Amino acid sequence: MTDARAEMRRYAIGAILSAVLTLAAFWVVLADGVARGTALWIVGAAGVAQIAVQLRCFLHIGSASKREDLHLILFSALLAGLMIGGTIWIMTSLHGRMH
Amino acid sequence: MSGTAHPGLNLGASDARAHERSETPVFGFWVFLMSDLIIFGILFAHYIVMTDARAFGPGPAQLFDLKSVAAQTSLLLASSYTYGMASLAMKHRERIRPVALWLIVTAILGATFPGLELRDFANMIAEGGVPQRSGYLSALWALVGLHGLHVAVGLVWIAVMLALLAVRGLSNRTKTRLLLLGLYWHFLDLIWIGILSIVYLGGLA
Repeated sequence: MTDARAEMRRYAIGAILSAVLTLAAFWVVLADGVARGTALWIVGAAGVAQIAVQLRCFLHIGSASKREDLHLILFSALLAGLMIGGTIWIMTSLHGRMH
Repeated sequence: MSGTAHPGLNLGASDARAHERSETPVFGFWVFLMSDLIIFGILFAHYIVMTDARAFGPGPAQLFDLKSVAAQTSLLLASSYTYGMASLAMKHRERIRPVALWLIVTAILGATFPGLELRDFANMIAEGGVPQRSGYLSALWALVGLHGLHVAVGLVWIAVMLALLAVRGLSNRTKTRLLLLGLYWHFLDLIWIGILSIVYLGGLA
């Protein structure tokens, strides 16, 4: 049952870390006197951290995974990054030139 | 543990046969999830590009209710955790009752989520925030609406799994399907983190 115990702990750690990161993000937005730029960076960082926590603790992605599965996930993340980053870059630039 | 662990909960240690049988479906399901990720990614990019395209229509400050958003976030996170408990019960206890009970808890938490979301949508409409009002609102409805639709599909899937458990018990095929549903359910929470950070908290910061 030690295997079950360790897995149980992993889910608990994942849930607690996710809750803490969510609370931090809400706090930054609701607190007075945090500049908008700073707040956005902290919310973004907390979001990325929480996604990493859940990938590790809930979806069990790690170095033990089969290689082709990891390749699929990493390549999809790269594609999504290129498309999101590229869209925002091009459209912001276009927006700037229209004025 | 077997050497061919796949991303997601592995059954290898407790049920080698079910583990072996689930490998190809789990890989295929990851391909689907990653295609879904691309769709959501494009909708996120679209939303960010459209942030200022309000055409003098309502924006985040008029549309969003952070209390409701906080409740929805807690519900999804809690249901992700309880689904994990259902997976572990399936893997280690091999009895239908605990699996079914955790699934029911997950379904109750999950079903409250669209309830709150629909109320928020009704409030947005009351504020004049209909999809055709501005580019910003079209992007918002497409992104948040697609996520809500995914949650609704997940709820139907949980109901189907409960029926399958009652009829067929914990067969290898049922186990594989429960693994896939687990990946789907946890994936929806990941997308929600993005929506929370970019749409709600980002919009109100």
